Amino acid sequence: MTPLHLAHHTVSCCAGDGLAALRAALRNGTSGLRPHRIEGLGIDTWIGEVPGLDDAALPASMAGFDCRNNRLARRGLAADGFEDAIRSRIARHGARRVGIVLGTSTSGILSTELAYRQRPPEDGPLPAGLNYPGSHSTYSLADFVRSWLAIEGPACVVSTACSSSAKAYAAAARLIHAGLIDAALVGGVDSLCFTTLHGFASLELTSPEPCRPYDAARSGISIGEAAAFGLLERASDSLDADALLLLGYGESSDAYHMSSPHPEGLGARLAMEGALALAGLSPADIDYINLHGTATHNNDAAEGCAVAGLFGNRVAASSTKGITGHTLGAAGALEISVSAVALTDGLVPGSVHTRSPDPGIPIDYVLTSRNAPLRHVMSNSFGFGGSNCSVIIGRAG
Amino acid sequence: MSADMSLSAWIDGVGLLAPGLPDWAHGQAVLAGREAHVPAPSVLPAPLVLPPNERRRASRVVRVALASGLAALEQAGVDPSGVAAVFAASTADGHNCHALCETLASSDQRVSPTRFHNSLHNTPAGYWSIATGAMAASQSLAAYDASFAAGLLEALVQIHATAAPCVLIAYDAEYPEPIASLRPIPDAAGIGLALSPQAGPRSVARLDIRLGDGPASMLDTPSLEALRTTIPALRGLPLLQALASGQGGELVVEYLAPLSLHVSLTPC
Repeated sequence: MTPLHLAHHTVSCCAGDGLAALRAALRNGTSGLRPHRIEGLGIDTWIGEVPGLDDAALPASMAGFDCRNNRLARRGLAADGFEDAIRSRIARHGARRVGIVLGTSTSGILSTELAYRQRPPEDGPLPAGLNYPGSHSTYSLADFVRSWLAIEGPACVVSTACSSSAKAYAAAARLIHAGLIDAALVGGVDSLCFTTLHGFASLELTSPEPCRPYDAARSGISIGEAAAFGLLERASDSLDADALLLLGYGESSDAYHMSSPHPEGLGARLAMEGALALAGLSPADIDYINLHGTATHNNDAAEGCAVAGLFGNRVAASSTKGITGHTLGAAGALEISVSAVALTDGLVPGSVHTRSPDPGIPIDYVLTSRNAPLRHVMSNSFGFGGSNCSVIIGRAG
Repeated sequence: MSADMSLSAWIDGVGLLAPGLPDWAHGQAVLAGREAHVPAPSVLPAPLVLPPNERRRASRVVRVALASGLAALEQAGVDPSGVAAVFAASTADGHNCHALCETLASSDQRVSPTRFHNSLHNTPAGYWSIATGAMAASQSLAAYDASFAAGLLEALVQIHATAAPCVLIAYDAEYPEPIASLRPIPDAAGIGLALSPQAGPRSVARLDIRLGDGPASMLDTPSLEALRTTIPALRGLPLLQALASGQGGELVVEYLAPLSLHVSLTPC
């Protein structure tokens, strides 16, 4: 495909707000995961919480959208001058020529969960003030961002569980290539809620310790929350060597099971092969893979099998979820930003909390961050329902 | 490229399941005015393509999505296992959401694994790929009341990008109380469109879409217009009516203000 320019990007997660915080965490191997302090949760697990959201209500003009997920979205938009970059594109192209494609899995469901707790027993109504389209609705995230920035172009939310925001990059790229928009605000936001905490616990996938991706003794995920955004547009002919490009993406379905990956990672492999084909690259061209690496037994075994099959042990690979936690619908965009920082800084990020890589997964798994010149980086994101997406970004020069 | 550029595809098959419109054959007669619309609850067939235990447990959104998509591909004569799919819905399974929220508000907050995976927006897409064996790309998106238009746009943009066929499956279903009071959707309904990048022997019409503005096309029959405005997936009914008439024409599908989706339909 014709490469697109990833002109700006930013992340807010448990490691901090903005790329400087992410950059420091990646280089120094510091983790934002902490034992949860949620009263009465009844689950022994660590989480990657973004502090201060409880006290960060949206302004009165946006009160209808006020919920944890949209507060986190606003936090993310404010970092690294991202909003200013979007406003400059609106000024340049017009509000209708800027599109929005964002991923989320649970949107503002936390507001509804809490409303049910306040509901009188025996089928009482929900308390007044719960705004369904502004919080609960899957589309609420994109609706809020579109209203907040007065964008008038095409918009949607992609909701394919943990591949959502990687697939948002793919869908946004298609909108630009089809000529419908000139710039896309792309990314993902997912926030902590009881549905995912109890849901993953019911599947015995939450770890009682900070997650240890690809470790022989890995014991599950640490759920995190994040807002991660990118600005995609057509690449001009005069980009700096440091400029970042979206080179390709691949999407596939496992057609296997709702909550377990295909054991040999067949769908994962199809997604990676699709991304390479669209980018016109071969496996030897990839310098680093940011793995999905959730630290569940099955995910890492299946993904590792697919990566080993396609790349052997020749490509440095790691999961950075030990730093950020698994941010679910935001993970794809967050890790595209991790991959972008890796390219910009010439940094192969290590795998925080992983002590002893699984000897049964024959790949070049990186434990400690190191410097290396990188040209092309792949980022993997796989979700429940067997939804897979692999994205390749690179440097312009 | 200009703002009024259009995207095209050919419609090779249609699936319809809505209150008083049990399938496309009946729906075509009603939408063309040859038969009266008799409102009746949607009847959702058991998804025979799923294994028996999954079939029994299949939720209303899974049933309506699978039925709408499979009917469209059957008419098109296309094997579902090889086709990319775009699922568009305003939300996930409302009954499951209610049950989950009740459990999470109870003293024992533990949920069942099935409740959890059925809470996903992409649950119908997951079951679709398991049922059909389709390993191609599958999209699940939401745009509240604009979900049909967002799905149609994504399907045509995908066809532009891949030059491969694609099935659009737009569906929605009701919430129980107390959420129903906040989000009243009266019943389940779905529209499936088997779309192709070029004309084929089964093509029934050429579809051109572009972004524009202005109000959405309405349906003359009050009971059909009520379906259009209350079930997000049925915002696509004016397109189906133009198809049913056999004459095609220009129509506008509700999208995200100030945009609307302008559709031009040319019968084959």
